[in-house]
Amino acid sequence: MTDIVRPFDEARARRPIDPRGRGLWKPPLSRWRTPSILPGFGLSLGVTLAYLSAIVILPLTALAIRPWEIGLSGVWATLTDERVAKALTLSFSLSLYAALLNSVLGLLIAWTLVRYEFPGRRLLDALVDLPFALPTAVAGIALTALYAPTGPLGALAAKFGLKTAYSPLGIFIALVFIGLPFVVRAVQPVLQDLDKEVEEAAQTLGASDLQRVLFVVAPALAPALISGVTLAFARAVGEYGSVVFIAGNMPMKTEIAPLLIVIKLEQYDYAGAAAVGLAMLAISFGGLILLNVVQLLVAGRGRK
Amino acid sequence: MSRLAPGVRLPGVAPLLLVASTVVMAVLVVLPLGVVFHDAFAKGVGQFVEALKQPDAVAAVKLTLWVAAISVPLNALFGLAAAWAITKFDFRGKTVLLTLIDLPFSISPVVSGLVWVLLFGAQGWFGEWLIDHDVRIIFALPGLVLATILVTFPFVARELIPLMQDQGVDEEAAALTLGASGFTTFWKITLPNIRWALLYGVLLCNARAMGEFGAVSVVSGHIRGETTTLPLHVEVLYNDYDFVGAFAAASILASLGLVTLVLKTALEWRHSGELAASRRH
Repeated sequence: MTDIVRPFDEARARRPIDPRGRGLWKPPLSRWRTPSILPGFGLSLGVTLAYLSAIVILPLTALAIRPWEIGLSGVWATLTDERVAKALTLSFSLSLYAALLNSVLGLLIAWTLVRYEFPGRRLLDALVDLPFALPTAVAGIALTALYAPTGPLGALAAKFGLKTAYSPLGIFIALVFIGLPFVVRAVQPVLQDLDKEVEEAAQTLGASDLQRVLFVVAPALAPALISGVTLAFARAVGEYGSVVFIAGNMPMKTEIAPLLIVIKLEQYDYAGAAAVGLAMLAISFGGLILLNVVQLLVAGRGRK
Repeated sequence: MSRLAPGVRLPGVAPLLLVASTVVMAVLVVLPLGVVFHDAFAKGVGQFVEALKQPDAVAAVKLTLWVAAISVPLNALFGLAAAWAITKFDFRGKTVLLTLIDLPFSISPVVSGLVWVLLFGAQGWFGEWLIDHDVRIIFALPGLVLATILVTFPFVARELIPLMQDQGVDEEAAALTLGASGFTTFWKITLPNIRWALLYGVLLCNARAMGEFGAVSVVSGHIRGETTTLPLHVEVLYNDYDFVGAFAAASILASLGLVTLVLKTALEWRHSGELAASRRH
């Protein structure tokens, strides 16, 4: 407290110095970076910030500012225009339904891959990434060829009175296709690393298989499942290539929000296009925040 | 995953789950891939080859290669710089930086194209200046490159950051203490440690760069033989009802996707220890 001259502390002086300065020496709070003996901090951070500013920050600033050229009322009029509103509703609702179906399919496939041994398991595992690997335009025309009224699956569906391609159902199928890997790849590692002892403990306490799945495995998987579903949803909302071909693009019926941006740009309505783009971003981020809250609540319950 | 996890297996329903998974994967995922090759060869090998020898198709392949050749190395360099700054040093604002790097993944590809039009289009912020100085960005190669860079921006950085975080700075610090220069340390210590993860990131980045459709479609203007990359060429032919041509071009892209998938899986199996933890199988 009042000792101005501190006694020499030999142990402290001999302690090795962590190059990152952790542990031994805490920087004063005003320092924004911890000293390090490694070189290149200025160069690498400078390159990173410059590139990030040019490629991400500047363009997104334009997206955030340009809609307001037509004023708040203009943006409101653009977004509440029936065609735009219907496209936004269609994109977000179909993306949600597709993500929900993917939660079931993804869980099923992840479970099969992790818990059973069967011939072709590694092949099936590798194929899960196919929707990631296939360029979206390729997926788009392939799905359309399959589900068009003349295509094999489209003709089959028609026998049951279902219209697949050129209808919301077709868009839904495309969104399920591109979203599936997100859920599988989110759930799979967690299922893989699940502590076997917990399940065994439940078994010794007399829990049945079903009880163990429902009360031991499911709660542990929930956070990963939610994050996978969120990723699938976010991807589906913005998806363009795999959807435009199968959608049929009828205004008010099968027109997705990203397509409206393209249409508005073709009419040189930059502000309108930016307004729709900004609205998509805003709704997506709102949804992501909401899902994060849900995830935190679920994760909190799982820990209890 | 190569390892089978212990725990509940539900043996009673095993056959049911197995069949269900296989059917879902076969119908939803594998069948579309099959259709691409089936329809590409629907009118014989001759027509297939003919479609790919069209001048527009050749130009599209060349343009696609150019776009990837410019955007992938730039993003790889950025990924290295960002990973070095973020994982080897402690500074404030890291979380913000990481969020910004991940941001392009949550943006619609169409918006990733739109933002460049807002900047450099005829009525963009810099549009008039560009017209006065006769510089073309939108409806030309620079626009295609910029849109591709934005879409593929996070791939390399995201593979490198978790791995380099795990590796820490001990080896580099040791090299420096022994008198190695900064460059030697990077070249002889860091780079060999991260080479497979770097390759992995570049592989994914390249596949996306060559296959990107939404973002480039907005900035391309679809000038045939000039600004149509291979995915856009597929679209143009498909809309012309030239299905053999469209699927022939699509089969090239699908093959690219398959090769990427095989290489990626091989990397995950053979070099799993040298990839980011999330990629270890």
